[in-house]
Amino acid sequence: MMIPAMTPEGAHPLATTVARLVWLLPLLPLLGFLINGTLAMLGVAKVGPADPSAGHDEHAHAAHTGGHDDHAHHAPTRHKFAGIVSLIGPGVLIAAFGLAVACFLAMRGVEMEHPYIVTLYQWMPVGDLNLAATFQLDQLSMVMVLVVTGVGTLIHVFSVGYMQEDPGYPRYFAYLNLFIFFMLILVLGGNYPLLFVGWEGVGLCSYLLIGFWFSEKANADAGKKAFIVNRIGDFGFLVAMFLMFANLGALDFGNVAAKAAELPMGGVMATTICLFLFLGCAGKSAQIPLYVWLPDAMAGPTPVSALIHAATMVTAGVYLIARSATLFSMAPTAQLVVALVGGLTAFFAATIGLKQWDIKKVLAYSTVSQLGYMFVAVGVGAYVAGIFHLVTHAFFKALLFLGSGSVIYAMHAAYHATHKHDDAQDMRNMGGLRKFMPVTFYLMWIATLAIAGIPFFSGFFSKDEILGSVFARAHGSTLADASLLGVPGGTILMLIYGLGLASALMTAIYMTRMMLYTFHGPNRTGEAERPHLAEAPWIMTGPLVVLGALSLVGGWLNVPALLGAIGPVGVLDHWLEPVVGEAALRTTLGAAPHMTHETELMLVGVAIAIATAGIAFAVWRLKPAALVAKKDAVAPQGIDRILENKYFVDEGYDKGIVQPTLDVSRVVLWKGLDTGIIDGLFVNGSALLARAIGWMGSQLQTGQVGTYAWVLLIGVITLLGAFTFR
Amino acid sequence: MTAFLSSINYSAWIVPVLLLLPAFGAVGLLAHARLSAGDAADKRWREARLLALAFFVAEAILSLGLWWSVDPAVAGWQAAVDLPWIPQWGIRFTVGLDGISMTLVLLTTLLMPLVILGSWTSIRSKVHSYYALLMLLTVGMLGVFVSLDLVLFYVMWEIMLVPMYLIIGVWGGERRLYASLKFFIYTMVGSLLMLVAILYLGSEASRVLGSPTFSYDFILNNVRLDPTTTLWLFGAFALAFAVKVPMFPFHTWLPDAHVEAPTAGSVILAAIMLKMGTFGFIRFALPLFPSAAMNPAVRTFMVTLAVIGIVYGALVALVQPDFKKLVAYSSVSHLGFVMLGIFALTVESMQGALMVTINHGVSTGALFLLIGMIYERRHTRMIADYGGIAKVVPIFATILTIVCLSSIGVPGTNGFIGEFLVLVGSYKTQPLATIIAATSVVFAAAYMLWALQRIIYNPMTKPENEGLKDLNWREIGLMVPLLIAILWLGVYPKPLLDKTEPAARRLVESVQTAAARTPARATNGAR
Repeated sequence: MMIPAMTPEGAHPLATTVARLVWLLPLLPLLGFLINGTLAMLGVAKVGPADPSAGHDEHAHAAHTGGHDDHAHHAPTRHKFAGIVSLIGPGVLIAAFGLAVACFLAMRGVEMEHPYIVTLYQWMPVGDLNLAATFQLDQLSMVMVLVVTGVGTLIHVFSVGYMQEDPGYPRYFAYLNLFIFFMLILVLGGNYPLLFVGWEGVGLCSYLLIGFWFSEKANADAGKKAFIVNRIGDFGFLVAMFLMFANLGALDFGNVAAKAAELPMGGVMATTICLFLFLGCAGKSAQIPLYVWLPDAMAGPTPVSALIHAATMVTAGVYLIARSATLFSMAPTAQLVVALVGGLTAFFAATIGLKQWDIKKVLAYSTVSQLGYMFVAVGVGAYVAGIFHLVTHAFFKALLFLGSGSVIYAMHAAYHATHKHDDAQDMRNMGGLRKFMPVTFYLMWIATLAIAGIPFFSGFFSKDEILGSVFARAHGSTLADASLLGVPGGTILMLIYGLGLASALMTAIYMTRMMLYTFHGPNRTGEAERPHLAEAPWIMTGPLVVLGALSLVGGWLNVPALLGAIGPVGVLDHWLEPVVGEAALRTTLGAAPHMTHETELMLVGVAIAIATAGIAFAVWRLKPAALVAKKDAVAPQGIDRILENKYFVDEGYDKGIVQPTLDVSRVVLWKGLDTGIIDGLFVNGSALLARAIGWMGSQLQTGQVGTYAWVLLIGVITLLGAFTFR
Repeated sequence: MTAFLSSINYSAWIVPVLLLLPAFGAVGLLAHARLSAGDAADKRWREARLLALAFFVAEAILSLGLWWSVDPAVAGWQAAVDLPWIPQWGIRFTVGLDGISMTLVLLTTLLMPLVILGSWTSIRSKVHSYYALLMLLTVGMLGVFVSLDLVLFYVMWEIMLVPMYLIIGVWGGERRLYASLKFFIYTMVGSLLMLVAILYLGSEASRVLGSPTFSYDFILNNVRLDPTTTLWLFGAFALAFAVKVPMFPFHTWLPDAHVEAPTAGSVILAAIMLKMGTFGFIRFALPLFPSAAMNPAVRTFMVTLAVIGIVYGALVALVQPDFKKLVAYSSVSHLGFVMLGIFALTVESMQGALMVTINHGVSTGALFLLIGMIYERRHTRMIADYGGIAKVVPIFATILTIVCLSSIGVPGTNGFIGEFLVLVGSYKTQPLATIIAATSVVFAAAYMLWALQRIIYNPMTKPENEGLKDLNWREIGLMVPLLIAILWLGVYPKPLLDKTEPAARRLVESVQTAAARTPARATNGAR
C-alpha cells in the first residue's frame, strides 16, 4: 500500500546511487543527540543515595548557598565537555549536509519521474491501516533537506560561539540535534502519520529550546504556550488524517494524491480535509488565529529562533500544503481560505512589527508576516513560489536572527562587563552599533534589503513571484471561479494582492526602522558600557557571511522570464515540476497563467516602488537621534499603544478562553459535578441513606415486648386487609 | 525458543503455576514472619522484601515463555487447563489464553517486580503482610485474565478486592480509611449484579446442557437469549466493568483510592486493575451479548460516556493541585479512549484500545512510581510545593519529562500509537465522538505540561527543595525497563500489535456477525 505500484523498489534509478543512504540523514543528528544528551546527563547528574528517605532533613538546607544565576553569558567558564560537544554537535550536521548534497547531485544525474521511496520497516500494520515507516525522497523533500541541513549547519556553528559559556552547553546541542532529526523525519516521511511524528517532534524540541533557560517562569511559560497552541493545530492535522483514512483509504502521499484526484472538484470532502490540514498549518506556521505562540517563542536562545522559529520548523505548514498540492487543488474554497488567512496574517503581523522595541520581537512578527506570504503562495496554487520564498526567507531571516543574536551577544557582554542589568534586546538601548560591529551591520543590511524586496536581492524575486501569481490567478483560474462566503474568488484574490502590497510597504518600513534604531544614530547603551561593545568572534560572523552571500544570490534559484537576461529562467520551477506541476496546472485550468509583458512589467514596477517608498519613508520620518533609552521612554498612547501591545490578543485569549476553561473545570466540573453531585449527593448520599435506614431499623429494636406486639398486630391487619380487598 | 518450550511441555503447566507461585509466595512470607519473629526488625524487613522480589522475579521469568508459546493466529484457547473444581455445581477450573490476555498477563508479571522495587524502602511496617497481600492480589489479577469459567472468573474478580482494600486501608495516606471503604463498596456494588447475571447465565446454560455448567465457551456458543434478557444481562456485566474502568460517572472512587494508596497500590490500580474493566468488556460483555453491545442506543450511550470521560477527565485534571490526583483524572481520560476504541468496534480501534491498555499501564505506572520516589523525599504530592527542581534532580526531571510526553501521546512514544489507532479506527464508525475525543490532545498537553512546568521548571522558590537528592541506582534501574517500553512501543509497535491482531479481528468480526443475526443470538463459529 505504501509504494505506488509503478515504482517497485530497487527499480528506481536512485536505488543504485548514494541516495539509498537516505536513512542515514536523520540518523546522524539522532546519533549526535544521543552522545550530547549522555554528556549533558554526565555533566549534571549525581546519583542519589541508596535510601532516599533516610537523612532527608539533615541535608535539606545544605545546598542553600545562593548563586543560582546561571543565565547565558554569566557563567565564567566553559562546560567540561564543551570540546567534544562542539565537535559532535555541528559535526553530525556537516556530515548530514554533505550527504544531502551528494543525494542532490545523484538526483540531478538521473531521470526521476516518481519519488524514491525507501521502506524501513512495518510500523503500524493494523486492520486496513498498513502503515510502514517509509522515507520519500523527491525534488520537494530534497529542497527541504538541503535547507534544513544547510542552514542548520550554519546555525550549529554559530551556536558554538553564542552558547560557549552556557552551563547547559551539551544539553543545548542535544536538543538542537534532536530537532534536526525530527525535522528530517518531517520532510522525508513518506506518509502523513510519519510526517506527523516529525511535526510533533519538532514541536517538542521547540518546547524544550524555548524553555531552555527554564528557571525563569516567562521562558517556561512560553515553551508551554508554544506546545499547547501547536496542539490545537495538531488536532486539525489528526482529524484530517482520520478523514483521509476513512474516505480515501490511504495515508501515504502517493495514494492520497491518487485518490484525491478522483474526488469531485470542489467537493465537501476535499474541502473539509484541506481545511483541517490548514488548521494544523496555522498552528505550526503561526497563522491567524494561532500565531500567538511564535512571538513568545523568542524567549529561547537566539540561534534557536533563527533555526526553528524562522528558517525551518515554522515553514513546515507551507511544506505540508505543497506536499498535499493535489488535495488542495481539488478544493478551491479551501485554497481561498488558505490564501486569505495568509494575506491577513501578513498584513496584521506587519502592523504589529511597526511598533515593537524588542529587536527579536520585530523579527518574530516579521516572520509571522512572511509566513503569511508563503501561505498566500501555496494557497493560490503557486507552490513553487511558496517554496521559493521559503528558501530565500530561510537565508535572509536566519541572517537577521543570527545578526540580532550577535548584537544581543555584544550588548550582554557590555552589560556583563559593567554588572549592569538592563534590557539587552531593546532597540532603545542600542543605536549606533554600526561602528562597533561593522560586519554584522553590513550583513544585516543585505538581509533587510532582501526582505524588503529591493531588486536583485533574493527576497525581491520570491516576493514578486508570489504577488504576481496572486494577480494572475484573479482571472482564469479555479480560484477566480470559486467563492468564499458569497464573495467571488477573483475579488478575494485582488484583496489578497492589496494586502500583500500593503504588507510589503510595512515590511520595508519596520525593517528600516529596526536597522536605523539598532545601527544608526547615536549610541544609547550607556557611557560605561560603550567601550565594551564589540564584534562577535569569527565563529559567529562566519556563518553570517555565508548567509549574506545566499541572501544576495538566492534569487537566481528562480529567475522570472521577464529578467531572463540575468540568468537561467525558472530553475526551481523545473526542479519542482514533477511534484507540484500537475496540481498547479489544475488551479490555472491547465495552462500556465498568462500575463502580457506590460502587465508583468507594471507589477514588478509597483513592487519596486513600494519597497523603495517604504525604506525612504522610514528614513525620512524616523529620527534615531531623538530616541531615548528604554528607562526614559514614555508609555505610548492611542494606536501606538494598541500596536505595541499587539492588539491585546493574548489578553483576549487569556480572558476569553484560558481562564474560563480553568474556572469551569475547577468550579463547575470538579467542585460542582465531581465532588458535589456525583460524590457528595450520590455516593456519600447513598451511604448516608443506608446508614439512616439502618438507624431506623436499630431504633425499632427497643426490646419492649409491647411495641413488638403492636407492630405485629398492625402488620397482620394490613396483610389481611390487603388480601381481603384484592 | 518455541522448540525448547514445547520440550518442557510449557503450555500444559504454565498457567496454573503462574497462579500458584504467588500463592506459595504469600504462604512463604507468612512463614518467614513466624520463623523470624525474634530477629531485629530491620533484618526481617530486608529479608522479607528480598523474598518477595525473588518470587516476583521468578514469576516474571516463568511467564516470559508465553510470548513465544502463545501463537496469536491459533483460534482456540492456548496454554489451556480444564479441571473439575466443584462438580456438583458444574464449576470448573478452566483457564486459557489468547493473544489479548497473554499480553495482559505479561504486563502484570513484568510490572510486579518493578512495583516491589518501587516500594523497596518506603514500606517498613507490617512488611510481611504487605508483600503477602501483593502476592494474593497477583493471583486475583492473573486469574481474571485467564479464567474461562464464569464462577472462577467471579471468584478471582472478588479476590483482588480484599488485598487492595487492605493495602490502601493499612499502608495508605491520611484519608486511607475513607478511600479504601469507598473503593471496596463501589466495586462490590458494581459486581454484585454481575454475580446475579452469572448465575442466570449458568442456569440457562445448565438447562441447555442438561447438567450444571458455567463454561465460558459453552455459554458463548450455545446459550440463546431473548433481546430484553440480553440487554439486562449486558447491563449487569457492563455496570461491574464500568465501575472498574472507571467510566464517567462511576469514577469518583479512583482519585481517592489513587491518592491515598501507597505507591505500589497506585501503580497496580492504574496499570492493571483498571484494565480488568476494559478486559471484561472485551472478553465477556461484548462477545456474550453482541446484540446488546451493538444495539445503537446502547452503543451511543457507551460511546458518549467514553467521550465524556475523555474530555471531562482531562479538564478536571487541569485544575488539580495534587499531582497524584491529576494523574488519577488523566487515567479517567485515557481509559475513555479504551472504551471508545472498544465500542467503535473496528479492528483498528480495538487494536488501539488494547495498545492504550498496555501503554497506560506502562506510562501511568511509571508516573506513579516517579511520584512515589519524589514523595519519599519531600513527603508532599502538592504541585505547588515543588518548582525548579530540574536543577537539583536532573535524572528525575529527565525521566519524568519522557514519561509525561508518553502520557500525552507525543509521537515516538507508545502513547501516540495507541491514541492514534483508537481515533483513526473509531472515526470510521463514530466520527463525531472521535472528533470530540481528539480535542483531548490539547487538554492533555495543557494539564501535563503545566504540571511539569510547575514541578521541574520555573524558579526554585522553596528552600526545602534545594537539598533534594536525585534518583539512586535502584530507582534508575527500575525506570529503565519502562522507558525502554515507552520508546520501543512508540517506534516499533508491530511485535505487540501482531500478538493481539488476530484475537481483536476475531472479536470484531464475531460481534458484528452475531449482532447481525439478532434478535435471537445465534451460534457463531468464533472460538
